[in-house]
Amino acid sequence: MSSAHDAGPGREVLTSDDISRALRRIAHEILEGNRGAQDLVLLGIPTRGAHLARRLGDALRQVEDVEVPVGSLDVTMYRDDLRHQPTRAVEPTHIPPPGVDGKVVVLVDDVLYSGRTVRSALDALADLGRPRAVRLAVLVDRGHRELPVRADYVGKNLPTSHSERVMVRLAESDDGDEGVRIAAPPAQEGTP
Amino acid sequence: MKHLLSIADLSAQEIRAVLDTAVSMHEVQRRDVKKLPTLRGRTIINFFFEDSTRTRSSFEIAGKWMSADTINLTGKGTAISKGESLRDTVLTIDAMGVDMIIVRHPASGAPRQIAEWVDCSVVNAGDGTHEHPSQALLDAYTLRAALGDLAGRHVAIVGDLTHSRVLRSNLLCLRALGAQITLVAPPTLMPSGIDSWSTADGFATSYDLDAVLPTVDAVMMLRVQRERMSGGYFPTAKEYAVTYGLTARRLALLPEHAVIAHPGPMNRGLEISAEAADAARSIVLDQVSAGVAVRMSILYHLLAGEGNDQ
Amino acid sequence: MSTQPALLIRGADVLGEGSRDVLVVDGTVVATGPDAATQAPGGTQQLHADGLVLLPGLVDLHTHLREPGREDAETVATGSQAAALGGFTAVLAMANTDPVTDNAEVAERVHDLGRRAGYVDVHPVGAVTKGLRGEELAELGLMARSRARVRVFSDDGRCVQDARLMRRALEYVKAFGGVISQHSQDPRLADGTACCHEGELSGRLGLPGWPSVAEEVVVARDVMLARHTGSRVHVAHVSTAGSVEVLRWAKAQGVAVTAEVTPHHLMLTQDLLSDYDPTFKVNPPLRPAEDVEVLREALADGTIDAVATDHAPHVRQDKEHAFVDAAFGMLGLETALAVVTSTMVTGGRMGWADVARVMSTAPARIAGLTSQGRGVQTGAPANLTLVDPTRVVTVDAARSRSLSRNNPWHGRELTGAVHLTMLRGRVTAREGLVWGEEEQ
Repeated sequence: MSSAHDAGPGREVLTSDDISRALRRIAHEILEGNRGAQDLVLLGIPTRGAHLARRLGDALRQVEDVEVPVGSLDVTMYRDDLRHQPTRAVEPTHIPPPGVDGKVVVLVDDVLYSGRTVRSALDALADLGRPRAVRLAVLVDRGHRELPVRADYVGKNLPTSHSERVMVRLAESDDGDEGVRIAAPPAQEGTP
Repeated sequence: MKHLLSIADLSAQEIRAVLDTAVSMHEVQRRDVKKLPTLRGRTIINFFFEDSTRTRSSFEIAGKWMSADTINLTGKGTAISKGESLRDTVLTIDAMGVDMIIVRHPASGAPRQIAEWVDCSVVNAGDGTHEHPSQALLDAYTLRAALGDLAGRHVAIVGDLTHSRVLRSNLLCLRALGAQITLVAPPTLMPSGIDSWSTADGFATSYDLDAVLPTVDAVMMLRVQRERMSGGYFPTAKEYAVTYGLTARRLALLPEHAVIAHPGPMNRGLEISAEAADAARSIVLDQVSAGVAVRMSILYHLLAGEGNDQ
Repeated sequence: MSTQPALLIRGADVLGEGSRDVLVVDGTVVATGPDAATQAPGGTQQLHADGLVLLPGLVDLHTHLREPGREDAETVATGSQAAALGGFTAVLAMANTDPVTDNAEVAERVHDLGRRAGYVDVHPVGAVTKGLRGEELAELGLMARSRARVRVFSDDGRCVQDARLMRRALEYVKAFGGVISQHSQDPRLADGTACCHEGELSGRLGLPGWPSVAEEVVVARDVMLARHTGSRVHVAHVSTAGSVEVLRWAKAQGVAVTAEVTPHHLMLTQDLLSDYDPTFKVNPPLRPAEDVEVLREALADGTIDAVATDHAPHVRQDKEHAFVDAAFGMLGLETALAVVTSTMVTGGRMGWADVARVMSTAPARIAGLTSQGRGVQTGAPANLTLVDPTRVVTVDAARSRSLSRNNPWHGRELTGAVHLTMLRGRVTAREGLVWGEEEQ
């Protein structure tokens, strides 16, 4: 049953090519929604959201031949679940030079789930300035929202159960491995 | 991490994590809105049994920028004069349900004793002539910013080493980060047992500043108090400045890239000349600027995560 | 005092030199060996002491009973009880009370309080100088002539620093066979804040160092003064190898110098200070293992004459401070014999006769006590201690009879337990209970 792309546990739902196609489509949608690249700033949420933001920036350049400022926005300090997890490493925040005031900021993340990360990102963004608008782009929307949050641009909607795990792997951070997989809860792993 | 009592309690990896987070916190410091919601609802007591404007205010600002409630208490004369023991005093505060006590105390070891007695986190903000871990972390942060990775770098620490808590924390911190260290002072200002200590921990000592300076990547000058003269540690300020001060003449002995650090407060004209303190290669002001960011990072690592709950 | 019934102690190993019966009548040892049983009068009680070692009652040259002044930390009565439980039949109570024992009235008061308590003979130590201030001699002669018959004088807690004053004190007490017990600490080399043996550890901990040499220079000076004056000097709580060297030399020269070592300096080492626990803060400080080894050797070979507890009770609020602010001192009366057994007897460095020498005979001789330290012999007052030599006890601070809890031995396993203590034929302690309690 295994193929070369089928390493690791669970079921592969997006291949590397699927990811590239999804990002190209999102790039088109962003340009359409914004009527061009005017005032756009892409901010990825580390770690993988930051990689996706960079790729989205590349896709925008290919589509429209424009240079959209790309940065990263770490939301660790704004999370509401810090006390329920071991201390997290803080990732870099990099806001491209023109800043966010009056801009259309597209937040980029890999998976949209409870919506809490996005809520943290909105808080973090508010401390950095006052964008004209904030949009949300995600590679995967797996449902189960706990806050009134909706993505503007979605690579793929993936119906999941709460207990399943969605694993996004990107070449930049995962030793060249790439793809999105869904796996059964860890407790059942390893059972025959 | 529950407490920060000594640099010896941290692994090299933990030290690096604190320094890395401090980089992000330093970014925050440059923003218009400096407040982070991270420690909302947490209460931090700055309990200072000894004056310290700089350390206390930077811990206080760090706490406030992270949305903790910070309260300053001065312990001067409260304990012994009322017949109350130090244990009674801190238990009273702990019983109010605070999350952290940041302690400055003139007696070595007091924060460690307090950590034994209370349930909350304890941060050593300088204890007697023992340690000053947050200062060492900000010194390492500043040196790293100036020199890059400190592994294999040579740092000379010069001055009143006997009475310096900054020295003890810096020794541990810089060694953990892989730096080579040479301590320079007259024999009277070397800490007790320095021969076996330096052998055990792998650092060098010297009485000759001129011989050491040409080989360093950084020189850290420590404050020398004029009162030490009456203790017979050295004869006169002039003699000290000539033999162990970072004078204008000695600046020329430093390699091109080497930087000058001083954890302050400086005694200009004694351990450091105005030329050295104000030189382009002086990172003294960077040290001050890093103080809040590093302390925010310390608060984050001690208070934010799971298991740091009471 | 009502007459005690005669008592025949059967089968005890006397000084570890073999089993002998011992007959005690009217507070006196009247017979030992085979005669003891045959001479026992009708109605003699028997005490079966097989497996126990019989020693002369222990004498402590160095105890702080805190009364008058700090009765919250210890009283003559509670300290006496602790002493009896530790196998002691006499203690010398140091002069640093409030008021200071620098006159006959205070000396007699302490003496009388000891009498009234009745567990051990309490002999007050007189201050060498008024108010322990090191400036003028206290009323040494009046204390000597008092009901308390003071023979040992010490400013313990402070050193008699002034060489001329020390010389005069040594000379003066010759008139009544007194001795000066010196707390050897040059206050310029080790001031009041000094609290950790000076060396790598004090350097790392940032604690004020207490260098060995601060003790050694005073010991050296004092033996030269003793030689010059022809007087007796006693060195309290010797703690360093260098002091032992000086003592060895001085004794070889025939100088009239004696010395004591504390149980804690025989067992505990400086590394206990690593966590800044004030329980281990003591003056002189705990030393490195090398010094401890030399002290044990010196005790075994007689260079150090005696073991003395320096029992120093403190209430919690005086100990629970930052290390440098906390009071100096630790408890010692109840555990002294077990520490000596564990460090010196177990392992074979000393026999029980040696224990009797260093904990009874020699201290009694140094203090000029005629009714103590006489050994287990016919005609001697029945001041006796029965020891279970192999029993292992885990020390529990909460069970101490002292009012204070600054017990550095808490949680330690020590070998050797006092089974019974007898003061002039009267049982003052037996198996953890003191006289009065066991009758109930």
